[in-house]
Amino acid sequence: MADLSTNFIGVSSPNPFWLASAPPTDKEYNVQRAFEAGWGGVVWKTLGAAGSPVVNVNGPRYGAIHGPDRRLLGLNNIELITDRDLEINLEEIARVKRNWPDRAMIVSLMVPCEEEEWKSILARVMETGCDAVELNFGCPHGMSERGMGSAVGQVPDYIEMVARWCKQHSNLPVIVKLTPNITDIRYPARAARKGGADAVSLINTISSIVSVDLDNFAPTPTIDGKGSHGGYCGPAVKPIALNMVAEIARDRETYGLPISGIGGVTTWRDAAEFIALGCGTVQVCTAAMTYGFKVVQEMASGLSEWMDEKGYASIEDFRGKAVRNVTDWQYLNLSYVTKARIDQDLCIECGRCHIACEDTSHQAITAMVDGRRHFEVIDEECVGCNLCVNVCPVEDCITMERIEGTDPRTGKPIPAAYSNWTAHPNNPMRKEAMQFAPEPVTLPEPAE
Amino acid sequence: MNELSPPLPDIAAGRLDAETLAGNFSDLHPPLEGHEALVEADRCYFCFDAPCMQACPTSIDIPLFIREIQSGNPVGAAKTILRSNILGGMCARVCPVETLCEEACVREKAEGKPVKIGMLQRHATDSVVGVREHPFTRAEPTGKRVAVVGAGPAGLSCAHRLAMLGHEVVLYDARPKAGGLNEYGIASYKATGDFAQREVEFVLSIGGITLETGKRLGRDLDLDDLRDMYDAVFLGIGLAGVNALGGEAGEAAGQHDAVAWIAELRQTLDLSRLPIGRRVAVIGGGMTAIDVAVQAKALGAEEVTLLYRRGREAMSASRYEQEIAAARGVHIRCNLSPRRILAENGHVRGIEMERTRQDEGRLVQTGETTLIEADQVFRAIGQSFRLEGVDLEEVGVRTEDGRIAVDEERRTSLPGVWAGGDCVAGGEDLTVVAVEDGKRAALSIHAALSREAPGFLARASQTLSGLVHGRL
Repeated sequence: MADLSTNFIGVSSPNPFWLASAPPTDKEYNVQRAFEAGWGGVVWKTLGAAGSPVVNVNGPRYGAIHGPDRRLLGLNNIELITDRDLEINLEEIARVKRNWPDRAMIVSLMVPCEEEEWKSILARVMETGCDAVELNFGCPHGMSERGMGSAVGQVPDYIEMVARWCKQHSNLPVIVKLTPNITDIRYPARAARKGGADAVSLINTISSIVSVDLDNFAPTPTIDGKGSHGGYCGPAVKPIALNMVAEIARDRETYGLPISGIGGVTTWRDAAEFIALGCGTVQVCTAAMTYGFKVVQEMASGLSEWMDEKGYASIEDFRGKAVRNVTDWQYLNLSYVTKARIDQDLCIECGRCHIACEDTSHQAITAMVDGRRHFEVIDEECVGCNLCVNVCPVEDCITMERIEGTDPRTGKPIPAAYSNWTAHPNNPMRKEAMQFAPEPVTLPEPAE
Repeated sequence: MNELSPPLPDIAAGRLDAETLAGNFSDLHPPLEGHEALVEADRCYFCFDAPCMQACPTSIDIPLFIREIQSGNPVGAAKTILRSNILGGMCARVCPVETLCEEACVREKAEGKPVKIGMLQRHATDSVVGVREHPFTRAEPTGKRVAVVGAGPAGLSCAHRLAMLGHEVVLYDARPKAGGLNEYGIASYKATGDFAQREVEFVLSIGGITLETGKRLGRDLDLDDLRDMYDAVFLGIGLAGVNALGGEAGEAAGQHDAVAWIAELRQTLDLSRLPIGRRVAVIGGGMTAIDVAVQAKALGAEEVTLLYRRGREAMSASRYEQEIAAARGVHIRCNLSPRRILAENGHVRGIEMERTRQDEGRLVQTGETTLIEADQVFRAIGQSFRLEGVDLEEVGVRTEDGRIAVDEERRTSLPGVWAGGDCVAGGEDLTVVAVEDGKRAALSIHAALSREAPGFLARASQTLSGLVHGRL
C-alpha cells in the first residue's frame, strides 16, 4: 500500500488532500466532519481583522455552469471572507487542532496592507497551535475593492512586502495564495519567494460572469436585478491552474518553491496531475461542495491504487515528474510525424471525425468508400492534428501513430533526428547551435 | 373440449373496474419529462449524414431536432420535424422506430441502446401540436384547386403540403371523422387523449383546406367529375377490404374482423361497455394482430392467444411489439395455421389449428391439428385494396398487385391523378410511409401545376427552396 502522507514545508498530513479555504472550512462543525471523513488537512476559511466581521450579501452567492445532466462543471461565487467573529473562529481552530493533531491546520488570513494589522492577527493566530498560515492574495471580488485579496495579489511588490512581514512577525510557515487574475503568474510567485514565503498555493478563483439571465438581462447570481463578477472555480478551471502551476514549477527563479495545487481537483487523477507538476499537496473545494466530504475517500483510494500499480511508494516518488516535460513550443520536435488511425472494429460510424475534418480541418477522412459509409484517414491529407481523436465518441477508436520514412502528405523524408523551430530554415531568428532538445534544465536546488 | 369448460360463449362487458381499465389504456410510454429529454438528447452524437435520418421514410433531420431539444428549443425542434413530416406527432407514437430510425442509431451499434428518437420526437412535437398556433404559413394563393380523397395520413400530409404551397384543397373522407388509420386503426394506448383528432385539427389549421366527411369515392364522388372540377386529384384511400380466412369460416357469431373491431374500440366512449370474450384467439402476425391481442387483454380477456402460421422471425410485427404483447400477457403461438372455426349454436367455440413447419423457406402443413378454445376469434391477416363502385383499370388507373400503381412522384397512370399511402402498390403500410407519399405527391402536383401557370415557376421554386432551407 502506497504511503500517502506528506510533509509540506514542515506541515505533515496523512494524505495530500486539504480542503481549501472556503465555506466548507468556515467552522468547527464542518471541519470536524471533514476530518472524520478523512481529509488530510484544512485551510480554515480566511480570517479578517478583529472588530466587526465582513458582511455578505443576503441573496444568492453562487453561479454555475452545468453539463446536460446538471453535472456541475464550473461554479462561481461572490462570497467574502468569513463573516463570523474572529474570536469564535480562533477558539474553534485551537480546539479542532487539539482534537486532530495529525491533520494539517492552516489558517488563511486577509487584513489591510498595514504591517501592524498583520502583526496583530498573526500573534492571535499563533496561539491557536495551527501549523501554518496562508495569505489570501487571491479573492477577486468584494475584498479586492477594499484593497485586499487580488488587489494585493496583482502587485508583486505588495506580495513581497506582506510575505516578509509575516515571516518577521511569526514563526509559522507562510504560504502565499496567488490570484490567476494576472498576466504572468511567475511575477507574483517570484515576489512571494523574495519575500521569504515558504510556499505558494494556486490558483485562487478567476474573475467571471458565469451566465446572463436572459429574462431579466442580469448576470447570475442576481441580487435584486443586478449581478457582479464572481470567482470561478470547479472542474472547468483545472487546465488554467495546471498551466500556472507548471509555469512556477519550471521557472528558474521559483524552481523548487513548494506549491499547494488548487483548481478543479475533482478526482484522484486530477490530484495526481497536480502532484506530477510539482505540487506537494492539493486543495479541494468545489468537489466537496458538490458531493460532500466523502469524495476524499475516492481520491485517496484512487491515488493509492494508481501509485501501487506504478510502483510509487510515496508521493515524493512521482512528485514533479512531469515538470521536465513541460517546455516551450519552440523546442517541440518537428521530426515527430503522426497520422490518425481509425480502428474499424471499434468505429460506430457516427461520422463525427469526418465532418470535423471536412468542415474545419484538412479533408483527411473519408465518408464513403466503395459506395459504403466508411471512415478512413487519408494519409496524404492528414496533418496529424488529432481533432478527430478528440471528437470521436468511442474511446481509443482513433489513435495517433508515429510514422517514419516519407510523409505521404509532403512527399518528403521525415528526419530521423530531433529538430525544432530554433533551427528551422523558416525561422528568421534561427540559431544553428540549438539543434538539440534542451535536456531538463539544470535548475538550482530548492532554496529550503 | 374439456367437459368442465364453462358454457360458451363467455362474452361480457365491464370485466375490469374503471380504474384498472383506465390504467390499461393509458399511454404506452409516458412522455419524457423535461429533464429526461435533455439527458436523452445529450446521448445523440449529432452524426454526420446521420443513419437515423437515412432510415426515416420522411427524412426528418433527426440530429438537428435532437440538438434543438438539447439546447432548450423544443419548438424549433418541432418545426424541424414538422417541416419533413406534418404528422410527426402521431409518427412519434406509432412508428416502429425499432426497425426504422432507432435501429440505425449508432448508439444501437455501440451499446445496443439507441437514442430514444421516437420519445424525443414526441417531446418536441407535443410542445407545438395542439398547443400552439400552426408554425408554418401559406404561400401566396395560386388559384389552383386540388381534390384529396381520403383524410388518412397520406391525404392529410398531401393536403397540408398543397395548402402550404398556396393551393386550395378539398379533403374528402368516407368516414365521419378525418384521420383514417390514425383515428380508426391505431391501438388506443398508442395515441391517448384523442391525439388523432387534435393532430387533424392542427394539420387543417394551416388554412386553405375544406374537409368534407361522409363522401366515399364510388358512391358519392366520381373520379371523372373530380378530374373535371379540380386541377389535380390525390387518392389516399387506404385499404378498405379485409383478407378472408382461407377454408371454412361459416356464419357463426363471435368472429371479428380485427380492423373493424379496433375502429369500434377507438370510437367507443365507454370501454367498460365493450364486450370481450374470456378466451380470445387472434389470427395473424402483424401489428394489427398485436394491437387487437393487447387491447383484448386490456379489456379483461383472461386468455389471449395470438396464432401465427409461420415462425416468430417471420412475423411482420417487430420483436419489440411482440415483447409488448408478451409483457401484457398475450400468449404468442407460432407455426399454427387455422383450419376451421368450430361453432356451436351459431357461435364460435374455438378454432382448429394445424401445425406447420418451415422447409427451406416453404411453409409445410404437417396434418397434425390442435384445438384452441375461444369465445371470440379475431382475424388480423391483412387488408386488401378494394374500391366499390369504381373500376380503376377501366377509368385508366393502372393497378399492380391489386393496388394502385404509381411512379416515384406518386403519379398514377391517369393524368392529373396522384395516389399514395396503403392504397398504392409497393409500400410498407406504415403511417410514416403514407405521410411521405402524400408529401411527395403534393410536391409533384405543385410542380405540375406550376408548369402550367406561366411565371409561376419562379415563385414555386422559391417556395420550395424555402422549404428545403427551413425558412417556412
